[in-house]
Parts: sequence; structure tokens; C-alpha cells
Amino acid sequence: MSASVIGRSTGEAASLGHLADADRYHEPISIDPQDTEALLTGLHRMILIRVVEEKIGDMVSQGVVKCPCHLAIGQEAPAVGVASYVRPGDRVFGAHRSHGHFLALGGSPHGLLAEVQGKDTGVSRGMGGSMHLIDIPNGLFGTVPIVGATIPIAVGAGIAAKMDGRGDMAVSFFGDGATEEGAFHESMNLAAVMNTPVLFVCENNFFSSHLHINLRQPDTSVCRYAEAHRIEWARADGNDLAAVRSVTKEAVESIRAGNGPRFLELVTYRWRGHVGHREDEDVGVKRKDDLTAWKLRDPISRLAVALDSIGAIDRQQLKRFWTEAHTVVEDAWATATHDGYPPAKALLSRVYSGGMAHRQ
Amino acid sequence: MRAAPTTTGYGAAIRDGFEYLLANHPSVFTIGQGLWSPWYVGNSMTDLDSQFGRERVIDTPVSELGCTGAALGAALCGYRPVVIHPRVDFMLLAVDQLVTQAAKWRSMFGGQVSAPITVRAIINRGGEQGAQHSQSLQSWFAHIPGLRVVMPSTPTDARDLLIASVLSDDPVLYLDDRWLYGLEEELPPIEERNLAQEGPRLTRTGQDLTLVGCSYSAHLCREAAARLSANGIECDVIDIRVLNPLDATLLIKSAKKTGRVLAVDGDWRSCGMAAEVIASIVEAVDPRVMRASPRRVTLPDAPAPTSNPLERSYYPTVDYIVQRGLALVGAQQETFE
Repeated sequence: MSASVIGRSTGEAASLGHLADADRYHEPISIDPQDTEALLTGLHRMILIRVVEEKIGDMVSQGVVKCPCHLAIGQEAPAVGVASYVRPGDRVFGAHRSHGHFLALGGSPHGLLAEVQGKDTGVSRGMGGSMHLIDIPNGLFGTVPIVGATIPIAVGAGIAAKMDGRGDMAVSFFGDGATEEGAFHESMNLAAVMNTPVLFVCENNFFSSHLHINLRQPDTSVCRYAEAHRIEWARADGNDLAAVRSVTKEAVESIRAGNGPRFLELVTYRWRGHVGHREDEDVGVKRKDDLTAWKLRDPISRLAVALDSIGAIDRQQLKRFWTEAHTVVEDAWATATHDGYPPAKALLSRVYSGGMAHRQ
Repeated sequence: MRAAPTTTGYGAAIRDGFEYLLANHPSVFTIGQGLWSPWYVGNSMTDLDSQFGRERVIDTPVSELGCTGAALGAALCGYRPVVIHPRVDFMLLAVDQLVTQAAKWRSMFGGQVSAPITVRAIINRGGEQGAQHSQSLQSWFAHIPGLRVVMPSTPTDARDLLIASVLSDDPVLYLDDRWLYGLEEELPPIEERNLAQEGPRLTRTGQDLTLVGCSYSAHLCREAAARLSANGIECDVIDIRVLNPLDATLLIKSAKKTGRVLAVDGDWRSCGMAAEVIASIVEAVDPRVMRASPRRVTLPDAPAPTSNPLERSYYPTVDYIVQRGLALVGAQQETFE
């Protein structure tokens, strides 16, 4: 028997395979007719997210919205698919690109549109802007733009859920860039060793800011990190709502049964640049070549066509979804525009509990 | 005949605080490296794991950032976790979670959320441990809005301010100092206090000079004041106790009375706590009231040395504070030792 071993792990956990090929998966998704109702709800929600984010993009381009906005247009399915298995008692954490997570969980378009305008009626009372969203009644416990920062926080929320003993879980949404942070690895190890009920969801959209994953990591799939931390993983086409729902369902059932953390890699692509409304075709490897093809892997149209083909939705109904979303968003925007800003005293009164620093 | 009073040391008083919290508040748990070890945190947490279970006294992987973040997450979900970093130096790996996350969550989410996390870090220096096993850095953290910074200098405060920190709805950095573990006193019964109501305390009164310090420096100030008194110089001694948010009322009042201020701090000079003390005073006190320019005694602006003679000159001592106090009041030298 040899006294030494030399290894170099590759294989399933390291490569995205065909999912990385922009020219594939343009066809309508496969759906289970039993899942029709949930997929219709999901389609409705994805359309709302798309319309809200297009509105925010337009307002950024006009200079009306000034806070940094990271749009998730094109990657609506992971948010909606995962959110459909979140129940009251669960705690979800996001990152800088989290408008979709907020809306997928049931957040109010007005609360978001007021927040990006810095209004007191915003979900963070005008103190957070696009990058700091919170909506505890709907299970969103916080989103922040420090890359990877909410991953350990989500693990702690999972530890709390385990102590509560009600079968609740934590969900941590992050991007492929966050897997390069130490916080990610510390969190995965801690969750594994403490058998914590937390669902790690990596939306791998190939880019961290301007830099393609090929220039940041030796392999394209981040599932190999789950393997290293002994966490069961699943990968899915992140632009296929049915596939996202399927891997989420299996993972969430296992987590709630007390089997510890799970990891999902959902492969997707953002149509806009890292920040702001532009498509940033000139930024990053192959983006100009790939963007057109990726738009054909649209999570909304692929689902809509699939539902149409089994008679679950017709063109008129689909059109109504879009029209309704536009109406909701325009109304919410108009209201938010007239809302007030936080009062001057908010600067100091929201820093400490009780509204003051010390005895007065 | 009355029983002889029993005294408790600083480290044991911290343990009393933990025991009280774990016994009376089910939402409290502790997490950090070395909590199942007999020596990592001195005698300040001995056997708590067997007393309260390893689900509430959690020893962890070597992941300062991950564990601090996890404690914050639990704090956002109704718990009152205490993270323990057995050395301040290692806590710096968790600064994002402490400074950019915990301290900001209330404000940046519009005051809608509390993060009742306590981070306890131990200042452990001397003994030729050198540059990376010696830092205290309270001035850094006292700079951060939203982060309460607490430094007890007595066994009673070590216990009661720990309890107040953990029961505070705000993030708190609680720093204790191994050099104080030898202090003993008779402890009064435990009383739950509101940390927002706690602040600097006058521990000795005099009309000639104000000595201000926190933690071990407050202890040095008390010792120095006794020596100065033997030389006919009477001092106000102020123990800062809560460094951030700093309530300077007492400092200002004392400076107006004595006209002379010596600020002592076991952290570096530049942009340090001693500077903040002096600035808070000079902004508020008419210069004509001051009988001398305020002075400070701090570490020199250099990393901690290992070599014994250098180390002996590195840390402020009672002797040095006495000398500086004498100079400040215009006395030439100490009249007797």
C-alpha cells in the first residue's frame, strides 16, 4: 500500500458543462403539468420583478435615482424559485443585487421604489437605498453590498432556527464572486460542522463586477467548494424556473428534516452591467458575443411559451400580466415620488436603541 | 461575629456574569474559540460548558469572521449571543462583521432592527508576546457610531457591565484585560443595569488634578492618585467605563474644577482615546479656567516589542503617571516613595 497519495480533483463538481454554453437552452423549459399553478404564479412574479427593475434602470439613466443600483434583469428565476419554498419563520439574506429577492418574497414595489429614492416610506425608511433592503414580515432579514458578508450572518440565523426547533431555515443568496471570499468558506465549514439548517444559493452569473469567472477561478463551477465542505449540492439551469424549483424543493425538505446545510448553484446571466442601467457590452470577456445569446435563454419567455404550449396561459392573459405589472409599478413610482424624505433627526435617532446615544 | 467578607477576582467576576446571564436569560449563548479549553480565557469561563451545555457554550473552528457573523445572525433572530475572542489581535479578522455589519444594521435599515450582539475580546499583553499578541485598539472601535464600547476596570464592573452589555439591544464591544485579573473585591448583589445609563464614573475626588483612564489605565490612575495624595496633591480620578458613545459631562465638570487634566490610555497616542478625552474637554472648557495644558500618557506610537528592557519602557506605569502628574501641577519631584 502506498504511503502517499497525489490528487487533483476534477469532475462533476468543477465544471458547468453545457450550462456555460450561451448557445444552448434557448428552447422552452420542460414542465410538469402538476406544477402549472405554481409556475403561473412564478411567471407573474418574474414579470413584476422585470418591470420594476426596468423602471429603476430607466430612472437611473435619467439621473432621477442616484444610489448605486445593481439590476438582476435576466436572472429572475433563482429568486422566484427559491422564494416559493420559503415559509413564515424562515430568514432570508441577500447581497447587492437583491431587488429580485425582495420582490420574490412578496415585498412591496412601492417600498422598494421609495427606498431607491431615499424616501422615509421606503422599506429601510430611506436609510438604505437599493443595496440595503429589509422586509422582516416577508422573511427578508437583510441585504448588504459587502461581498459575502451576509453568508455567515445567514448561518447564525440558521443556528438560531435550530435552537428554536421549529424546522425553520435560513437562506443565503450570493453570487459567484462571493465564493472567493474567506467569509464564504468559513461559513460553509461552520454550517457543516454545526449541522445548521441553511440553504446556500449561489447565483453563478459568470461575472464579479467586470471580471469573468475564467479569470478569477481555475474552474467554472463553484459546487466543488460544497464538496470540500461535505455539503450536498445541486446545480440547475438558473433560467429555468421549473428546474430551480425542483432542486430547491429537494434541498429544503432535507434541511427541514434536520440533515444540515445544502448548496445550490443556479447558472444564470445578468443582462445589465455590474451597476447601473447599461448593458456594459464592452466590459469583460466575451460579454458582447454572449449577451445576445443569453437573452435567448430568457427565464420569462421560455416559461411563458412552455405554459402556452400546454394551454395553461394564452397570449391575452400573458399580455395582461405585463400590463398589470406596468400599472402597479407606475402607480407605486408616482406615489413614492411624492413621499417625504426622512426627517433630519433620523440621522442620529436611528443609530442606537431607544433613539439616543446615552443618558440625556 | 460577622463572617469575613469573601472577595472575588476580576476573572471570576466575569464568570459570575456569564453564569447569571446563562441561568436567567434563555436567549443568551456564548460562542468562540477555546470555550471548552481550561486555559484559553483564563478563569473567566471555567466549566460553563458542563454547567449549561455545549449547545449554549459553543467552541468553534478557527473562524473569527464566520463566528462573529453567525452571532450577529442569531442576534437578528431573537438571541443575545456573546462572541468571545481570546485575544483582540485575532478579533481583527472579524472587523467587517463588527464595524461594517453589526454597528450599522440599525441605522441603515431605518432603525427597524436590533442587533443585540456582544463581542467580548481579551487584551492579553506583556510577557514578551510582541507585536501581534498585545493590541488593545479601543480607540479604533470607539470611533464607530452604533458600536458601544465597554471597558471595566474593577471586578464589580467586569461582572455588571458584562450583564448590561449582553442585555443591551445594541452591538457592544466588551474588552477585558488580563492584567486586571489579579484585582479582587467584595461584590455587591447583581443588579441588571441599562447600559445606555452607564458612563464615566468619578472614583476619587480632589481639587488639584484630573486623572482619566479606562480599564487597566483607570487602575493605574487610582494607584497614582494614592501616591500623589501622599505628596499633597489631590486628584479627581475618572474611570471612563463606556468609551463609546462617550458622555463627556463628568470629564468637563472635573476639568473645570481642577484646571489640570492628565489622560492615560493603554492604546496608541495618535487619534487615540486620550486625544478624544482631551478634545472633549478643551472644546467645552474656557481656556482661562485651565491652569495647565492637558497632557496625555499613552503607548509610544510603535508596535509592542518583545525584548524585556524595551517592553518595560513601552507600557505606562504608576511611577510614570506620578511623575507626569507632579510635573503638571508644577511640583519638581516626588517627595518620598
